[in-house]
Amino acid sequence: MAIVKIPIGPQHPALKEPESFLISLDGERIQEVGMRLGYNHRGIEKAAEGRTYIQNIYLLERVCGICSHSHSTAFIQAVEEVAGIELSRRAKYIRTIMGELERIHSHLLWLGVAGHEVGFDTLLMYSWRDREIVMDLLAMISGNRVNYGMNTFGGVRRDIDKQKQQDILTAVDALEERTKYYAKVATEEITLIKRLSGVGYISKEDVYRLGTVGPTGRASGMPRDTRKDDPYAAYDEVDFNVITDNHCDVYGRTLVRVGELMETYKIIRQLIKNMPDGEIAVKFPRRVPAGEATSRYEAPRGEDVHYVKGNGTDKPERVKLRAPTLANLQSVSKMLEDNNLADVPITIAAIDPCFSCTDRMIRIVDNSKGSANTTDWETLRKKGIEWYRNEKGIDFTDLNKKYANIRKVD
Amino acid sequence: MGIASALFNIIVFPGFLFLGVMGLILEYLDRILYARFQNRQGPPFYQPLADFIKLTAKEEIIPEEADRRVFKFMPIIALTAATTAFFYIPMWGTSALFSFTGDVIVVLYLLTIPTVSFFLGGWSSTSMYASIGAVRTLTQLFSYEVLLFLGILSPMLLADTWSLSESTIYYQHHPVMMLLNIAAFAISMIALLGKLEKVPFDIAEAETEIVGGSFTEYTGRLLALFRMAIDVEMVVGASLIAAVFLPFGLMLNPVVAFILYLIKVCIIVFLLSLFRTLFARLRIDQMVSVCWKYFAPLALAQILFVMIVKGVFL
Repeated sequence: MAIVKIPIGPQHPALKEPESFLISLDGERIQEVGMRLGYNHRGIEKAAEGRTYIQNIYLLERVCGICSHSHSTAFIQAVEEVAGIELSRRAKYIRTIMGELERIHSHLLWLGVAGHEVGFDTLLMYSWRDREIVMDLLAMISGNRVNYGMNTFGGVRRDIDKQKQQDILTAVDALEERTKYYAKVATEEITLIKRLSGVGYISKEDVYRLGTVGPTGRASGMPRDTRKDDPYAAYDEVDFNVITDNHCDVYGRTLVRVGELMETYKIIRQLIKNMPDGEIAVKFPRRVPAGEATSRYEAPRGEDVHYVKGNGTDKPERVKLRAPTLANLQSVSKMLEDNNLADVPITIAAIDPCFSCTDRMIRIVDNSKGSANTTDWETLRKKGIEWYRNEKGIDFTDLNKKYANIRKVD
Repeated sequence: MGIASALFNIIVFPGFLFLGVMGLILEYLDRILYARFQNRQGPPFYQPLADFIKLTAKEEIIPEEADRRVFKFMPIIALTAATTAFFYIPMWGTSALFSFTGDVIVVLYLLTIPTVSFFLGGWSSTSMYASIGAVRTLTQLFSYEVLLFLGILSPMLLADTWSLSESTIYYQHHPVMMLLNIAAFAISMIALLGKLEKVPFDIAEAETEIVGGSFTEYTGRLLALFRMAIDVEMVVGASLIAAVFLPFGLMLNPVVAFILYLIKVCIIVFLLSLFRTLFARLRIDQMVSVCWKYFAPLALAQILFVMIVKGVFL
């Protein structure tokens, strides 16, 4: 067979979000991988500049469906640093507990997805069934299964009382037992090991060179974990290990995630045992003083970075965020080199990608002139309106006028 | 045999209608077992029929680039070949509807035709995913087909015949001999998994890699026929294994023998679903190496064993 190009994405059953991988194949072997991002850009950073800080908590919580607490915490931490507000210890503990519960649900979700990608649907069904335990727990604490809305400036919005603490401990016991079972499956089930080991190899040097973060980096022997390196919230008060592995492949990434689950249970038990009394939130000013701050947060997928610049009003001047997937995407094309077509889905899934969280800005590069420019909000808006007017015959300005008139009549 | 009774045999029993109903029942059984093994609710009993009716009502889209004739013809070929194979298999008696010396070879070849038609259908649709799926179908064929032939060969050698009906008669008189073929039974089950393209050998239609494999471009009635062909293949494959490896109780009252036949087929489907639950999908190179490195020598050893037993003790 000659070299064929097969598109994985933007729409493909292996991908849960739109992203394009164009794979050149020689038989079943991968020759080259072309990657294109930007199918799900939502303009969140720009939208954040037009909203108040309070509104932005809820906006940024919706960057990602899975690590919603991570993004809102990272943003809030940056704003609190600009405003110079110190949290109560209880608030810090509650934030940490939520973050760790989120890690459990994210890692269990990943385990199921990984099983599905290698055609092991039984693992998907089992791990997602057990994930319901932690989802119910999150719903019990916050009222929501995802997008918990727990965070606010200066603390958290809901307390975790004695009864809830007890429920968490019971659920964690059940989850720990199940996780042990999955660790056993991952290390003993022969077809699963055959499909995972040696796949998507990336060396320790490449991990450092390409700036890989999170479990993907740790599976290649990079002992980096923001919770340990730059402790935030209550992580400096708990004792846990950074799980690393030297397999450097998808199998290693599975072991790291399962190992991290076990550490997470340990962390939650310590947090609940040492939970201090006190207020859950302190008063926070509506206007944030001028200044800037960067905050780092170890999301389930890796290090999440938020940058906030305040200008003394109630709206931020600039918000910049880097989701962990963006850092990891570089390494995906390296991992895919010289693998089989059958390994593409699991290799991509092994970084636990979150493509819509990653898509960030529009940069138009003109290859003929070699120039590059970034479109600003106003131009982009005009361009959109014109495109619809000329190509589709829809005029939004007219429509908007019409709607405005209707509203007046009402 | 009169034309009327021949038509009855072809269309109603044990032809298309019986096989179709049986295929849908077995598909339901497979799906519900798979679901229960995975801790899921599973579909209601009429789901396979509902799927079939829904698909036949859907629009039929044929890609512009595709070879229209081959594309439309292949599902019919697959279904008829699988159905024809059924006539030569003894199910609830010691004789099949038709039988002659060498019919076992005809059955095995008729069972190969659906696989080849999957390849041709996929290849003629010219889509990238379908082409890769088609090539995988053929690659897979080369790894399990030989196993199936070797697996079926061993009991035939022991019975010293090339006819399925004669072999069942032999095992009626020497029931203990069935126990000598256990390894061949295991190998044939594995080969059947490959033939039906089920996990761990569903490489040719690996959803997460190549969307729908050979069937990616198939829609509507044509897809319904293909799926029906796979269902019928499952019935025929299970019946073949039941006839060759579990040929007990065929001399009994026909009604009892028929119920016994159903139980045998259900046990085989149960085993297929169990394998499907237990394993992850192998890669194509892994499948080829597993089949040739471990199962093919095992099949040969089984044949050698049977020949020695035959030479020394019989």
